[in-house]
Order: sequence, then structure tokens, then C-alpha cells
Amino acid sequence: MVIEVFDRQIVRARRERAQIGFARHDFLFREFGARLAERVEDVSRRFELALDLGGHGGILGDALLAGGRVDAVVHCDLSERFARSAHAPSLVADEEALPFRDASFDLIASNLSLHWTNDLPGALVQARRALKPDGLFLAALFGGETLVELRACLLDAELAEDGGASPRVSPMAEMADMGGLLQRAGFALPVVDQDRIVVSYPDALALMRELRAMGESNAVARRTRRPTRRATLARAAALYTERFGRKDGRIPATFQAFYLTAWAPHPGQQQALRPGSAKARLADALGATETSGGVAVGRREPDAKN
Amino acid sequence: MANGTTGVDPKLLEILVCPLTKGPLRYDAAAQELVSEQAGLAYPIRDGIPIMLVDEARKLDDRAR
Repeated sequence: MVIEVFDRQIVRARRERAQIGFARHDFLFREFGARLAERVEDVSRRFELALDLGGHGGILGDALLAGGRVDAVVHCDLSERFARSAHAPSLVADEEALPFRDASFDLIASNLSLHWTNDLPGALVQARRALKPDGLFLAALFGGETLVELRACLLDAELAEDGGASPRVSPMAEMADMGGLLQRAGFALPVVDQDRIVVSYPDALALMRELRAMGESNAVARRTRRPTRRATLARAAALYTERFGRKDGRIPATFQAFYLTAWAPHPGQQQALRPGSAKARLADALGATETSGGVAVGRREPDAKN
Repeated sequence: MANGTTGVDPKLLEILVCPLTKGPLRYDAAAQELVSEQAGLAYPIRDGIPIMLVDEARKLDDRAR
């Protein structure tokens, strides 16, 4: 059973609305899309067919084609407007219910979209199944320190103005969780790393306007339905400037992305050896004398035999 | 841009399955639908864009099956 953190209907509606003016607010998608595409260029092989998963109109897919290692890209997004704005072939699909045959793609790449899934493990399993053996999965998603300043200021403003707090900004995944998720989804050779971009805005209200324009505003299922009071927003903006404001009067906003890199398993890949399968002794390699380190926990001592 | 109104990309047809059952789809070119008999759903294709969302699919009635 999956706990519904995000209201996917709202995620979809926010995205549909955002598409209209997206080209003016897509710089983070362009930046992280370019960084993802570079990573694909660094892999010395060709990818015949790639999927741009949650592509927001195909910024990453286009960068992949331009990079020269990818022959063709299928684009999909939860929003029909974004699907239409992408190069063909394109479709509307939900990352939580992928409509692809097993072993369809050589590469699945996802640019700043998977942080909106309720069931990230499930989405990863489906992505892995849609990959051919030895296919590459590469994703960037927001998490960790993303909007840490805004979160703190909104919380404090709400406590002060309204005497309580409600979920205003998405809960963020932590980097430490990601490797295990990839492994449990059946991927091989998972690697997780991160990147941080600090963007400056005139004030917190401008930041919140931009988040809406990116389709990244609150879609937490248990959010309060009433709009945030003007006084609360004003207080949050004042707190933000007071705590984080720079000398030039602008405020910084942190965006942290996690990169997930993993491969669909294939017998030709490097494999971890089974415990106890070593053919050489570590002590020999180190030129040291092997001494007993005592009794391993949970193991019976040799002379305690019956 | 979108691929016009002439139908869906043949490359896509090869790899698409029903998102609910992961079962096969039948392409109904006249109706511009991808039909999942197993799920009893028909996914619309609008201007060459398959809309592979259960919420957007048409429920098949028994006659149409």
C-alpha cells in the first residue's frame, strides 16, 4: 500500500497550467537537463532508443539527441500540453503506471519529475522493467536541501500568524535513501550523487511565483485547501529577507538535485563476489600475519562442537 | 511539434502496453483509440498523442468488446 503524499491530479493540473509560460521559467530544467545529457555523453556506448520520462516538453530529450549518443527519443509527460509541445513520438503517461512493454528502451532519463511520485520505488521498478538488459537509468530529482530557506520561513510565519502549521512545501527525499531504493528496484551498479544550485530572487514572493510558473508549487494531498493568508505570506517574505537576505537586497533559494544512475542487470556486468569466494588471502596481499579477530557474532565456536 | 492527425507513430505502437494490466493493446485506427481488452479500457489518441492515463480512458461496454 502506498501512502498518498501528493495529489497526482493536482500535480497534473499544475503542470498543464505551467506549460503555457514555461519557456520563461525553465532555466533549472535546462541546467539539470544539460548536466544529465553530459553524463550520457560520458558513457562510451550508443543508445538506440531512449525515453524522456516526465520530460516537460522534452528539454532533456532534445539535449540527448544533440549529444550524439542517442539515436531516437520517446517523450512522455503527465501533462498533455507538455506532451504536445515535445518532438514526436510523444505521449501522456504517469510515471507510477508506465505503459511500456518490458525491455523497450536502452536508456531511460528523467529530468526533475520523479520527486512528485507517491510511489518512487514502484516507479523505479517499472522503469527498470522497461529497460533492456544493460540499459541505463539516469534521473535527477529535487530533494534534501531544496527550498530549505522557504520551508523554514513559511513554517515560522504560519506558527506566528495562524497559530499552527500545515504542509506547504513537498517533503523532500534524502540522498541516503536513494541507493537502497535503486537496489530494491532490482537495478545493478547504483550510484547516487548530488548537485546544488542557488538562485537569487528579489524576494520570497517572487520565488513562490516562479515555483508556480515551473509547475512546482505545493501538491501535497493533505495541504490546507484555503489559500495562505496574505499576512502569513508577507511575514514569511519578511523573515526570509531578514534571515537570508544578501547585501544587494536579493534572497537566495537553494535547489538540490540528486542524480540516480543505475543499470538494468545483465550477466556481462561487473558483479560483486559471493562472501567466502576469495581465492587469495587479504593477509597475503598486505604482507601481514593473519591473526584471529575473535569469534564472529552469531557463529558457533569450533570447539563447541557436540 | 505534435505529429499531426495522421495517427500514432508506429515505433510507439510497438512498445506501448496497457498501463493498468501491462497487457497488449489493439490499435483502432478509425476510432483513434488503443484498446486494452483485459482492462476493458480504450485509451484515446489525440493528434497522434496517445493519452495513456486510466482517468482519461473510455470504459468499454460489453457490446463493444
